[in-house]
Amino acid sequence: MTSPLVSIRGLEKRFDLSGSLLEQISFEGGRFRRKQEAVHAINGVDLEVQKGEALCVVGESGCGKSTVARTVMGLLSPSAGEIHYDGQRIDNLDGKAALPYRRKMQMIFQNPYASLNPRMTIQQTLEEPIRFHHPDWSQTQVRDKIHEVMHSVGIDPDWGSRFGHEFSGGQRQRIAIARALAVDPEFIVADEPISALDVSIQAQVLNLLMDAQESRGLTYLFITHDLAVVEHFGTRVAVMYLGRVCELTDTRTLFATPRHPYTQALLSAIPKLEDDRPNHIRLKGEVPTPVNLPSGCVFHGRCPYANERCRQEVPQLIATDGGTQVACHAVEEGRL
Amino acid sequence: MALLEVKNLDVRFAVRGGDLTALRGISFTLDKGERLGLVGESGAGKSVAAFSILNLIAKPGYIAGGQILFEGRDLAAMSERELRKIRGNRIAMIFQDPMMTLNPVLTIGTQMVEAILAHRKISKKEARAIALDRLQKVQIPSPEKRLDQHPHELSGGMRQRVIIAIALLLDPEIIIADEPTTALDVTIQAEIMDLLLNLCEQENVALMLITHDLGVVSQVTQRMLVMYSGRIIEQGPTREIINDAQHPYTQGLINALPQMGEPGERLFQIPGSMPSLKNVPSGCPFHPRCNFATEQCKHAMPEYVRSGNVNVACYEVANLIEQEKRMQEAES
Repeated sequence: MTSPLVSIRGLEKRFDLSGSLLEQISFEGGRFRRKQEAVHAINGVDLEVQKGEALCVVGESGCGKSTVARTVMGLLSPSAGEIHYDGQRIDNLDGKAALPYRRKMQMIFQNPYASLNPRMTIQQTLEEPIRFHHPDWSQTQVRDKIHEVMHSVGIDPDWGSRFGHEFSGGQRQRIAIARALAVDPEFIVADEPISALDVSIQAQVLNLLMDAQESRGLTYLFITHDLAVVEHFGTRVAVMYLGRVCELTDTRTLFATPRHPYTQALLSAIPKLEDDRPNHIRLKGEVPTPVNLPSGCVFHGRCPYANERCRQEVPQLIATDGGTQVACHAVEEGRL
Repeated sequence: MALLEVKNLDVRFAVRGGDLTALRGISFTLDKGERLGLVGESGAGKSVAAFSILNLIAKPGYIAGGQILFEGRDLAAMSERELRKIRGNRIAMIFQDPMMTLNPVLTIGTQMVEAILAHRKISKKEARAIALDRLQKVQIPSPEKRLDQHPHELSGGMRQRVIIAIALLLDPEIIIADEPTTALDVTIQAEIMDLLLNLCEQENVALMLITHDLGVVSQVTQRMLVMYSGRIIEQGPTREIINDAQHPYTQGLINALPQMGEPGERLFQIPGSMPSLKNVPSGCPFHPRCNFATEQCKHAMPEYVRSGNVNVACYEVANLIEQEKRMQEAES
């Protein structure tokens, strides 16, 4: 088997909530106490993205999927764990050493209204990353490149002198994609790239991303909460819950035979066109806060199959017969 | 007689440089206990339609024509004083963002009691009992405790349950729900929709559900309207439209869903995007994006034609029906 393009090993990320030292100190019962709290956004995630695939990370709000995306891109530094790109560890590189990887890895954000600078024309927006990564290119080379990417995302190159606000949401997202493609990346992290768009526009942008993957040989890490999109777009899927991967498998297998009880509930909750009534697996309670994580399996409080072991011991991802990797004691013990 | 009948409703926004027409000739009915879905993309006018039923459109918007008959009385012509007796009482609304509709500085109980006392002359204690009963109906865990909590102490799903409880306070005839689950996660969305559907059935309340999610419409509603650029382009029984949509836009909307495509293949896509109100195309507003558009489509808005139990505004569909008729006549 070939080595993966990107590998994420033992990734953890905590966000400190407690503020400065003075804010941490409180006076209780006659003595000073120091209290520290943190949001445990990611708690030990291992993922490998193979060259040419689209690995989708799905989960509900607060499961840490966007934090994974941002940490991989180096926008956040991991609290623990490593990120490797093509065999080279990149999370500890400083500015200059990281530069070549910044070109190879690009990101597309959820909201094209926020990710395009309102004071720059489209031409300037697209020119900036090219000039930054190819300072030696001539004016003509830069212009040709801009033409090429604008053309490939279906935006008329003559519109270069317009500003972001003159475009619709779908067009803006095309421009954001063009900006990512302008430096010829190999790997694109897309964080909910179509969630802010209307249904008919979603289809256009998804098609565009698939075309770009085919013609440019791109590899995607695709973050989304929309399982229908995953089924269509993803090669493999990682389902996350409270900062952990609970199931990892290829898309077809996941939708045909979901193993983890959370995945089963999540799949049953998608409203389908052929349904006459909502028919979903009901879960007890709500997602716990990532500040005080439950002991053992993070899902045990809501799981219908939880037993004593689930409350004590954290399940690890284990490969099953079908090739699916599941982090669930019930599946491992054959109870499910 | 239908419980609610909207006839030829026109809503405009008076802005500099002339009026913008947000709704053009909207007509539909809602029967007692019926569940109606209003579908469309952003800018189609579905929220304007919902707001104008209770005359809640803010200036510069105004109702330029048409009638909104609720139990035979025209809400569009009613005084503000009379309307107040209906709003929240006979017709309740649920909005998309529960944090926007709940007052952050008042407890849940205070807000619920306030709503009851605005319409009924009863004691605070009795009002509180009604509030508690509705919180139990929406299956909130430990409802007594919630009455004394503030909105920020509840999760998003729980807040939306509180909103539904508030909508049910005064036993309304109609609930208008504007994208009630769009801000929620899928698993929470499924629970809220399930709850809303069961409550409407139990209490025989009519539901007008505004959403962009065709899956939700298919699960919850009996009839649906599809809106495009301020017009209803197709309306009829939900199952019939979902299974066999007539209008090219509705067809495109359904086929563009990722669940309709073959995994890994390109999705069906409708070219272009919804026109802005400032420059709505002449004739059928969908014609610049339509694969079947002919010269005829550019000039006049098509009339509704009936196909099965569905009303469609499309020349192509009308022509097909015409052809079929002629063929049948020729055969006989």
